Amino acid sequence: MLPAEWADWESRNHRLAWLGLNQDGFRERALAAIARYGASRIALILGTSTSSMGETERAYRELEADGHFDAAQSRRHAHAPHMLTEFVQAALGTRGPSMTISTACSSSAKVFASAERLLRAGLADAAIVGGVDTLCGSVAYGFNSLELVSRERCRPFDVDRSGLSLGEAAGFALLERVDADKAAPRLVGYGESADAHHMSAPHPQGLGAELALTDALARAGLAPSGVDYVNLHGTASRHNDEVEAALIARTFPATTLASSTKGWTGHTLGAAGIVEAVIALLAIERGLVPGTLNTQTLDPACGPQIQIDNREREVRVALSNSFGFGGNNCCLAFAAGVGA
Amino acid sequence: MSATFEVDIEGVGVWSPELPNWDAARTALCGIVRAAADPAARPAPTLLPPTERRRAPEAVLLAIEVAQQACAMAGREPGELAHVFASAYGDLAVNDYLCATLARAPLEVSPTRFHNSVHNAPAGYWAIATGCMRSSTAISAGAATFGAGLLEAALFAHSESAPVLLAAYDVAAVGPLQDAIACRSRFAAALVLAPRSARAHARLRLRTHASAAELAPSATLLQASHCDNPAARSLPLLAALARRESGVLQVAAGSSAGLEVEISF
Repeated sequence: MLPAEWADWESRNHRLAWLGLNQDGFRERALAAIARYGASRIALILGTSTSSMGETERAYRELEADGHFDAAQSRRHAHAPHMLTEFVQAALGTRGPSMTISTACSSSAKVFASAERLLRAGLADAAIVGGVDTLCGSVAYGFNSLELVSRERCRPFDVDRSGLSLGEAAGFALLERVDADKAAPRLVGYGESADAHHMSAPHPQGLGAELALTDALARAGLAPSGVDYVNLHGTASRHNDEVEAALIARTFPATTLASSTKGWTGHTLGAAGIVEAVIALLAIERGLVPGTLNTQTLDPACGPQIQIDNREREVRVALSNSFGFGGNNCCLAFAAGVGA
Repeated sequence: MSATFEVDIEGVGVWSPELPNWDAARTALCGIVRAAADPAARPAPTLLPPTERRRAPEAVLLAIEVAQQACAMAGREPGELAHVFASAYGDLAVNDYLCATLARAPLEVSPTRFHNSVHNAPAGYWAIATGCMRSSTAISAGAATFGAGLLEAALFAHSESAPVLLAAYDVAAVGPLQDAIACRSRFAAALVLAPRSARAHARLRLRTHASAAELAPSATLLQASHCDNPAARSLPLLAALARRESGVLQVAAGSSAGLEVEISF
């Protein structure tokens, strides 16, 4: 439930956003940063694919006899992509630059890149980034129409995989310059690219994904052998996993471990970037590389990097891949803080 | 006060039914009245193959048309430019189709129209048409969408030392969505921005500040007729460019943040 003061914002997406803000003490940390730097020095950049479009769908299902929206739905709080960010801005009180990135399933990975540029240029002192996506009819029936949804729980990189499982999630991160806390894990690189190939199928050789990965490594000043773990996009669609498995196999040595965590979370679409960035950060913090849930027999395209089972090992550097419709790619590189 | 940075404008593109290119827009923005041409029905960007041009949604056509114009004026190969596509509402026609179909017969949702519903569909079609594999971003920021896009694109050009294409577009709401979204007009504008450039038409000096108040220079009839369209928030900047008027503009770049844009020639 949203608190009464936010009643105008009622939608499944904003309810999940509110739930996410209140996890793990995030809202308190964000408010403390606002108090420390000043609200106008905090940027807010969130990713979403469908935002609160579920409310628009509902308004169409509940049209008045004259074909118009119900009076309660003729509101601005739920019918445009940016409403997610406006809601979070209202809830937290940030007053710096704000925008919504909506590049399908890479949305909440790209927020890190845009925020880094604002911080680097001195246009903000901290940035709240993240993403929220919830199930709605267009996503459920749309992915169904593309025959991309599995009838069973998704099995990423399995030789018998049969498509993705849809999920929903909210996630947030507070970014500050490295000096603010040298022990905190850090964003050390990112890469953004386009496939220039097809609206809903990946580049057959994974060239766009490779450009994003190569750029992330270059910015981080890392060789592939310096990467301990890669959280893969790994949707369990036939094409994505085949192309991504080949990319990992040809890029990394066997000492780099990789997995898809979508067996646990489902594909959370515009929130997948932040969810999997958090999993990469948890791998660094806990020294645990998650495996690939539900998968039994790896596709022969997989190299030795891709793990079915959880493994304990020190993780100093972790990457996260996110690819979206429109051929939109983003790769993030995180590293342990100094002394951490 | 925040840091300032500079970028140059190398190219401009504009499309509305009355002003189908920068030349027409520049003339109108300079106050020169020409015999009214018939309004254009839809843009027809030549970068798209003819079949795509016929089938493409209007939002895609608007965005690609202005992007192509701006690249041509800049003398830049379109496939070489990182790009930022900015739209407050995205493809309102495809949203109307999806919501109406879901309410009536959800299993009839068209897979093509579903993948066209992603906010980055115009950016995706642009990348495919131009073979561009560089960074491709699609943003939305409500009424402040143009300013947020300008900030994102200009900052990319500055921090990556690379040219960037910005295309801002919004189309008219159709169907019941008109009850929630006021936009009734179609407007798109594009800029090619680059760090210090030998082919600059103008230089922008930018900084952010904590006010979303916009100070337009003189309002024009053109602005009045597009005041419902977030992409038309580009008009004060376009007017300064057309008239080659140096000065300072305030552009909203968030619901409570602004971008101060000092333009010089």
